[in-house]
Amino acid sequence: MANNEYPQQEQTVDGLRQWLLTTTPCSRLQARAGRSYIAWLSFTRNRLAVIGLGIITLLVLTAVLAPLIAPYHPNVPDLEQRLQTMSMEHWLGTDQLGRDILSRILYGSRLTLYVVVLVAIIAAPLGLVVGTVAGYSGGLVDSVLMRITDIFLAFPKLILALAFVAALGPGIENAIIAIAITSWPPYARIARAETITLRNSDFIVAARLQGAGHIRLIVHHIIPLCLSSVIVRVTLDMAGIILTAAGLGFLGLGAQPPLPEWGAMIAGGRQFLLDQWWVATLPGIAIFIVSLGFNLLGDGLRDVLDPRSGGK
Amino acid sequence: MAQQDVMIDVQGLGVSFGHGSARVDAVRDVSFQVARGCSYGLVGESGSGKSTVLKALCGLYPLQGGSIAIDGRACIGRRNLDFYRQVQMVFQDPYGSLHPRHTVDRVLREPITIHKLERAESRIREMLVDVGLGLDFRFRYSHQLSGGQRQRVAIARALILKPKILLLDEPTSALDVSVQAEMLNLLHRLREKYDLTYILVSHDLAVVAHMCDRLGVMVNGRMVETLSDVSLLNGQATHPYTRQLINACHGYDRKMIDGFVRYE
Repeated sequence: MANNEYPQQEQTVDGLRQWLLTTTPCSRLQARAGRSYIAWLSFTRNRLAVIGLGIITLLVLTAVLAPLIAPYHPNVPDLEQRLQTMSMEHWLGTDQLGRDILSRILYGSRLTLYVVVLVAIIAAPLGLVVGTVAGYSGGLVDSVLMRITDIFLAFPKLILALAFVAALGPGIENAIIAIAITSWPPYARIARAETITLRNSDFIVAARLQGAGHIRLIVHHIIPLCLSSVIVRVTLDMAGIILTAAGLGFLGLGAQPPLPEWGAMIAGGRQFLLDQWWVATLPGIAIFIVSLGFNLLGDGLRDVLDPRSGGK
Repeated sequence: MAQQDVMIDVQGLGVSFGHGSARVDAVRDVSFQVARGCSYGLVGESGSGKSTVLKALCGLYPLQGGSIAIDGRACIGRRNLDFYRQVQMVFQDPYGSLHPRHTVDRVLREPITIHKLERAESRIREMLVDVGLGLDFRFRYSHQLSGGQRQRVAIARALILKPKILLLDEPTSALDVSVQAEMLNLLHRLREKYDLTYILVSHDLAVVAHMCDRLGVMVNGRMVETLSDVSLLNGQATHPYTRQLINACHGYDRKMIDGFVRYE
């Protein structure tokens, strides 16, 4: 019985593989699934990229499950337990208010993810639209849009973010807006460069000769081709965004106490760095690991998605 | 040629690029007429302006002078959807004319969506069979197709709107010889089936002689001679450039090539 089951299972797996890798797909879904599967195969060939994906998956899982896995409340002080070293009760020790650092780091992943996702949602589409419209239209529209981009690009990210937060008031939402506003210009540049190489290609001319309007051409024909390089760039930028968010938190302009933001945690532990090193170091390690994860993932994605690096 | 039978009427067409001293006259004073259901060949060497004539017909380049009339209606400025439903184009390079991220199905569905036509499913199926691809190819991406198959998809895309006029910009020159013949036969068959009017641009006199009823010879943006396929085959070309072109088709001969003259 058990012997019979094994080859049968093998067969279904083989069947699925064949269904995915067939050269004659019978439906749109199958064609798309097959394409994704081939991309996945080439992605998994890069071991470091898989590690990066693993780190990011872990980050997402931690953020979702934080209330279930965190042993303590992240924000409730317990002054009798302050600055405890690592022990069985507090795996990663406690901070100056006696809060469990492990719990705070686990909850902090939510804030990190929140920042990363919101910045990506705001900055990537903005850059994509500005870049493709500029590249597609050319002429005056192009000049105006790209000069605006240049102006934003000329500001140092953290300084402009500081100015924004100073104007809007500290807080994590304002930090996100500030970071998003300063991080879209590179995406606009990439999208514009890609669009210019595509603008006069035969398949775009063909679509125009079928009567496709400007919006249709940009949305359905040009953006899908710019998307992969922008996704790669966004992923590689994530590390920088996390660092900027942490930097703002460290300066007291990002997430406000008692929120367990990693940068703010480092700021809080700064005074005890020599005697109670874990208070500042452990959130720092968390930032380091997540940034590294995004960088590894971005490198892997580049191999798969970037048309110029040979991926299909 | 009776006046009502003229499908394409081009008079004194001029196209130029750039301004001032950088101005290049790509097409100068080109006139020709194509009767309904006929196919017209434009022959000439690279840079003689034959593809530019096609693109000007489609409204991709602004006219410097002259007029274009399709089926008795003058075409001025931006073309509308009705125009595109009547006139379609097939490009030279099958590797560049299909969107790299679209399946064949998507490529063929796009014009149907734009023109809000009904019966998308049956139109796509019918067209795939018509161009000799079959339904197996429907959900493939362009990188999974050979050059000839891609060109068939491009023809299907052009014909799915049921146009009256098909502009062919060297449709076979990027394909290898065996596929070229298949493609020409396919185009011939489709012309009869859909009652199409062709303008075929080529530098290959043999292809033009096989496909077209009349042809125009272009040199440096001017049309130097028009003649029928019969007079081409009988060697009745009068302009020395045309004769040179015909001689060049007979194969490479050092002495003959040395005797060639450049026409400026």
